[in-house]
Amino acid sequence: MHDETHHGDLLVILRHAPHGSSWLREGLDAALVAAAFERRVTLLFLGEGALALLEGQGVGPMGQKGTAPTLAMLEMYDIDRLLVEERALRDYGLDASMLLLPARPVGATEMAEELAAHSLVLNF
Amino acid sequence: MRYAILLLAAPYSHQASHSALRFARALLARGHTLEGVFFYHEGVHNAARLAAPPQDEPHLVDGWAALGEAHGVPLQVCIAAALRRGLLDEREARRHGKQGASVEAPFELTGLGQLVDLGLRCDRLITFGP
Repeated sequence: MHDETHHGDLLVILRHAPHGSSWLREGLDAALVAAAFERRVTLLFLGEGALALLEGQGVGPMGQKGTAPTLAMLEMYDIDRLLVEERALRDYGLDASMLLLPARPVGATEMAEELAAHSLVLNF
Repeated sequence: MRYAILLLAAPYSHQASHSALRFARALLARGHTLEGVFFYHEGVHNAARLAAPPQDEPHLVDGWAALGEAHGVPLQVCIAAALRRGLLDEREARRHGKQGASVEAPFELTGLGQLVDLGLRCDRLITFGP
């Protein structure tokens, strides 16, 4: 486990819900590849992206692969620094017990610090 | 300064490809270096060899190719995102039993690892998206 003052090489921001588009899947792919190349990766689930963390997701009814299995693999890739926008949780009526993974809620100030603290930011 | 570009939008559907290409030209004209352009998500369509826009519109695919050749800028296309969307070079077309290739040099199909490497190697990675 990284401690909370430790910032990684790469911050991947995920702003889209599962199924409706390939943004989330392709963003996660970038994170996994970076981690496979031994880069320290932080994920930030922002806005609608917070919905990716909801427990109990299946594949999409139109044959979309779904992202829950990918999220379940994050730990294997040593991606354990997961942040979720506090406001998104509030807006969607979610709380931490509904989430698939332990993501830490962050506010606007902390998000700004995260953006500044990573060498590379990829926004999906 | 050493720049890189990440392009996530399809050509002609959004302004992003036009802006990215003009940004690339502008930074080179100012004497900066462009270490590479990476095409991901719908940006892979910028590498479509068969693109045939009307003559009174900028030809984005040819624009990227000309820029890549004139300045030795690598034009890297995510292979996984490209294959799904029907963008195959000769080797991939053969491998998948398809007739005809839709991607050719100077564009090259490559892995996402190149994006991470490019981003961390440069002073600035600028993302253009829809």
